[in-house]
Amino acid sequence: MQPQKSIERGVATEAAPGITRIDVDAVSSKASRSLYTSRQKIYPKLAHGTFRSVKWVVMLVTLGIYYLLPWIRWDRGPTLPDQAFLLDFANQRLYFGPIEIWAQELYFITGILVISALALFLVTALAGRMWCGYACPQTVWTDLMVVVERFWQGDRNARMRLDKAPWTFEKIWKKTATHVSWILISLATGGVLVFYFRDAPTLAMELVTGEAPLVAYVFMGIFTFSTYLLGGIAREQVCIYMCPWPRIQAAMYDSESLLVSYHGYRGEPRGPHKKGQPWENRGDCIDCKACVAVCPMGIDIRDGQQLECIQCALCIDACDDIMGKVDRPYGLISYDTFRNVEAPSGSERAPVRLLRPRVLVYSGLIALIMALMAWAWIVRSVVEISVIPDRNPLFVVLSDGGVRNGYTIKVLNKTHETRTFQLRIEGLSDFHAAIIGFDTADAPLVVEPDTLRAIKVYVSVPREAASHLDAAATPLTLTVRDLASGDTVVRETTFRSPGS
Amino acid sequence: MAGHKEYDAATGAETTGHVWDGDIKELNKPLPKWWLYVLYATIVWSIGYWILYPAWPLAEDYTRGMLGYSQRSVVAQEISDAKQTQAPFLQAVASKSVEEIRSDAGLMEFVRRGGAAQFANNCAPCHGSGAQGFKGYPNLNDDDWLWGGSVESIENTIRFGVRSDHASTHQGVMPRFGLDGLLDKGQISDVAEFVLSLSGKSEDAEKAERGSVVFAEQCAACHGADGKGIVEMGAPNLADAIWLYGGRKQDVVESVHGGRAGMMPAWEGRIDPTAIRMLAIYVHSLGGGE
Repeated sequence: MQPQKSIERGVATEAAPGITRIDVDAVSSKASRSLYTSRQKIYPKLAHGTFRSVKWVVMLVTLGIYYLLPWIRWDRGPTLPDQAFLLDFANQRLYFGPIEIWAQELYFITGILVISALALFLVTALAGRMWCGYACPQTVWTDLMVVVERFWQGDRNARMRLDKAPWTFEKIWKKTATHVSWILISLATGGVLVFYFRDAPTLAMELVTGEAPLVAYVFMGIFTFSTYLLGGIAREQVCIYMCPWPRIQAAMYDSESLLVSYHGYRGEPRGPHKKGQPWENRGDCIDCKACVAVCPMGIDIRDGQQLECIQCALCIDACDDIMGKVDRPYGLISYDTFRNVEAPSGSERAPVRLLRPRVLVYSGLIALIMALMAWAWIVRSVVEISVIPDRNPLFVVLSDGGVRNGYTIKVLNKTHETRTFQLRIEGLSDFHAAIIGFDTADAPLVVEPDTLRAIKVYVSVPREAASHLDAAATPLTLTVRDLASGDTVVRETTFRSPGS
Repeated sequence: MAGHKEYDAATGAETTGHVWDGDIKELNKPLPKWWLYVLYATIVWSIGYWILYPAWPLAEDYTRGMLGYSQRSVVAQEISDAKQTQAPFLQAVASKSVEEIRSDAGLMEFVRRGGAAQFANNCAPCHGSGAQGFKGYPNLNDDDWLWGGSVESIENTIRFGVRSDHASTHQGVMPRFGLDGLLDKGQISDVAEFVLSLSGKSEDAEKAERGSVVFAEQCAACHGADGKGIVEMGAPNLADAIWLYGGRKQDVVESVHGGRAGMMPAWEGRIDPTAIRMLAIYVHSLGGGE
């Protein structure tokens, strides 16, 4: 502990003999800042206009896709699931309509994720956080929850009044109705998510009759709870404090990116305006705060770009509405570039430059990866062969002086029909081959649909020929031919011997 | 601590008064209070966890938790479940004939995998993890078998061992011809030359010729007149390309001079009969079984 004297500062003034004034602040006082702040509730007002309409459409389309996708059917034959969009983890398959991805082809998913990330970069470079403002699930569900809230409790002013009002019967039922609706929406959200992982109609029945697997109920519970908590209650707190994107995306704009911006050069000095008053020597902003009232993030766009802004453009709708009423041109708040926003008043607005290096680089990368994936998809084989030579021991010397090598050959038939193959071995002048369990090495090899068959092949070279193998590893070619289609898969391996 | 509130000129936000490098000031951006409550919730959660689950190590014991959970008992349960799943397979292995096992692809796969696991546990130290063998320890992949290469023979060898302490063990001793003075140095050299000639490796026909006489007198009783070995006695085929103790002349001389008596323990009583059966079928399937 420090003695009090050491924190005395400044010149002590004498009020009375023996009494000095100490220049010190209390650690805990009304003026002291808290380490934590309580959340200030935001009451977004309903906006009307172009961007609000766009958001309604995006909400309808994205929620529509989400809720309906698991119910679309796709006939794949009798033994396979007929759900168009199914993540079948139990059988390690992903089904997307005609596309079927096996566990070992998961790189296609990686490709999709890389493209998604690059697309996000591209959109951000072009027009800021469009993803956040329009399509992010957090935005869409929060918007939906606000719609419900508005339905039961009314718009901004009514909601504020209701929150301040004492707990009357009216307040209780309105709040209850709101939360019950939210929970029902959340339940539907969590419920639909599990349908993506199991046949939807079957699982729906199981969920109702209580026969669904425990994991389905657990995940339904988790997603129901998180939808209710994040979309209904936490809302903008998720974007500000939980989501990493605001931090990253802000680094991806440049002076040419289109961002929701307030034109200070046109709006300032702001102030109230009465009908009939002249507009000379003042800005167009009448300080009505309509832009603040509609903002779901609770910010004032006139303060400039800030981390909290999700670029949803509702403030543009609100401001344009007001500009129309006071008979001033639209676009006091609009999508614009830093370059134009910072340009001096009265100077010409520069046209938007879309073709910039970073836009071209992102587009180029997206095109490249899409091309790579398309190529990989075209050359992808429906039959996969892997040859694993025995490594321990590398070779076996037989009693007659010959040398034997063992190979495990795995044939994976990814089609939904039974296929028959034939093995051919080339590269050695004199050898004998045998497949365990088969009479001859060229016997037809039947592989059932959707299955992997592993066979063990032994290749022996007699003494005389073995002594002529000049190298410790002689190249060996194994060819597997589909007897019906004639397609062949060739694998190179080696035949090992002690050498001479 | 600064005494007065200070505001950052660029953002208009309040600063904390902390200054770095003379001019960089930290803005006051307090954490949301719910964040603090989440921290408290995790603390409460952990206390609940301590009470319900095993948590604190004590001097000789640990706090066991009210739910009575134990990872050991979970593992024990899983092991007993696995054993229950294996039981019908093991029963089939024990009761069916080798031919029946081989014709059942699913059972054969179980036997091969089970046999491989038993092999890795019990046999790999001497025979190698790939059964490839070492000097004095036979390679089980090849087609040369001292005591027979049928599944039954292999099963017997595993059960009784070779020169082990089991009553039915394989016996068979290669005498110490040199050490015990049965043959002199020259005779040993001659007979070694003859043995090499059986597989076409001799370089001195004259010595080999002399050695053939010694062989007929001393070795043919066990290794056969043609040197091709006698399985009943565990006497190796000397006319093939496989040499347990090495195929150079020096190695052969050493074998004749000092004798050989490799030993394999009897596994009967150490591992159960079904495991021995699976091992025999597995070893037989390595490619060289007769």
